[in-house]
Amino acid sequence: MSTQIRYLAPTGMIGGGFTEEYFEAALGEGIEFIAVDSGSTDGGPSYLGADRYFMSRDVIKRDLRLLVIAARKHDIPLLIGSCGGSGGNWNLNWMWEITKEIAAEEALHFRVALIPAEPDREALVEKYRQGRIRPLHPAPEIDETTFTDTRRIVAMMGTEPYIAALEGGADIVLAGRSSDAALFAAIPVHRGFPAGLAWHAAKIMECGGAAVDQMKKPEGMICTITQDYFELKPVSPEQTCSPISVASHALYETSNPYVMHEPGGVMHLENVSYEAVGNRAVRVRGSGFERAPYTVKLEGAAVVGYRSQVLGGITDPMILRDFDTWFEAAKTSVAFTLKRSLGEEAAAQCQVDYRVFGKNAVLGERDSRDFVNHHELGVLLVVVAPTQELASGAAAAGGHAILHFAVPQWRGLVSNLAFPVAPHLTDLGPAYSFVLNHVVELDDPLEFFPVRFEEV
Amino acid sequence: MVALGSLAQLIRSKNAGPWMLTVDIMFPSADIYEHVVASRVISADEMSRIFGVPVSEIEIFEYAPANAFKISFPRKVPNGHPLDRDLFGGQQFAPLVDLEVPEPG
Repeated sequence: MSTQIRYLAPTGMIGGGFTEEYFEAALGEGIEFIAVDSGSTDGGPSYLGADRYFMSRDVIKRDLRLLVIAARKHDIPLLIGSCGGSGGNWNLNWMWEITKEIAAEEALHFRVALIPAEPDREALVEKYRQGRIRPLHPAPEIDETTFTDTRRIVAMMGTEPYIAALEGGADIVLAGRSSDAALFAAIPVHRGFPAGLAWHAAKIMECGGAAVDQMKKPEGMICTITQDYFELKPVSPEQTCSPISVASHALYETSNPYVMHEPGGVMHLENVSYEAVGNRAVRVRGSGFERAPYTVKLEGAAVVGYRSQVLGGITDPMILRDFDTWFEAAKTSVAFTLKRSLGEEAAAQCQVDYRVFGKNAVLGERDSRDFVNHHELGVLLVVVAPTQELASGAAAAGGHAILHFAVPQWRGLVSNLAFPVAPHLTDLGPAYSFVLNHVVELDDPLEFFPVRFEEV
Repeated sequence: MVALGSLAQLIRSKNAGPWMLTVDIMFPSADIYEHVVASRVISADEMSRIFGVPVSEIEIFEYAPANAFKISFPRKVPNGHPLDRDLFGGQQFAPLVDLEVPEPG
């Protein structure tokens, strides 16, 4: 049994960048593999639904080139999880195309494993019928059509597909949607290091060098795991880890800092201790992992309509002195205009949503604070409708109704909205929603994640 | 009384996946953290009032390793839904900043 394993997360998200010189120096410290996450749902469901990515090809290629060259030079595995942000098939293929380009440009030859993460829809329907798709909290209502009609559905893989890829001889693993921690935990768990330490370390490493005292720019982290503890050290000599900075990371983007669910088990961080090593590194002990029936989480993005928007500013003191009364009347006028211009039936299909910046656009009804703005407000009107044409027509008519809606203190025709951009009407295209917050029970961790090998 | 924001080193909010929001309140020392814990100001009732979420949906964690509280609750709609107002959930902590807390001794 090995006494320790050391690996590198070059940055929190591929494309986020890292300093080449620090990265090169870190590779000299006996690194056994490089892993980097590419996934996030923070950008919302449209990236998965519309086959898009929120980072540019150029920034991904810059980071990926350095990683591929380094992994081949040192002959160590490179694992990339949740490729292309959402980890759908389109996103995975997008990363694969860039990888092939880099190989050609750098005259490199290697074996790649591709692990798609979009389960077969009939298999999902079958799981649903068997009662093996379970809701998390809060979960939307679903039925069989959720699995047949949703634009894209991905499942978040655990560690096992990565191990299958490496056992098949892969030098580089490009994975679809993945548990962020799984790609970092895979090799340490497989090599027999304590699962609690391996998973807890992975949960911190998936954010690269984020668990530092102050992150001035994205850099990496080096993790060393032994049978008793794991130790984290920032790649950048300008950055430091402290017991507080590492402990704090259990709070970031988690709903519970002590208990975290992963495919095949649950991390328990109730008895963890953090100890400074020198002035830059931290040693962590006591992390637990309890086995549980094997489940993976599902994510789905469905089209829920088409959107158009109008944004306008209001600074007329006459309006602002009694804005709420005026705006309620203006909204009534919008509803009247839509019915008259588009007809009752079409108007009923349009959902008109208002956000008033300077009042409560950010928190909405949840904002209990009193605040009066007599100086300037911004009104964002968004329409969701079954077709783009209808959304566009309703937003245009609604915006126009507010623009010229009478102000009681004035006589004559008024123009109440300052449009800051032209055209003032913007069609936003399809609107998506996440439609699954569920886990599916698997008989085999590889069931939804077929590994395919390619030589370049 | 003092504002919670004047005692904390960081109050922040963020998505915890597409369906949950989570708020972290981090204090610069164990003394201040323990003072706020003892004050019982961060209660499910108070968080329910501030965030407009039923008490039964509020989870509060005291996290001594980082001198921090975590408060988690479901989003009204998942992030990026047409009715969502804050895609990353980054500004939802705001009503906590001026919450009144007894002055530390």
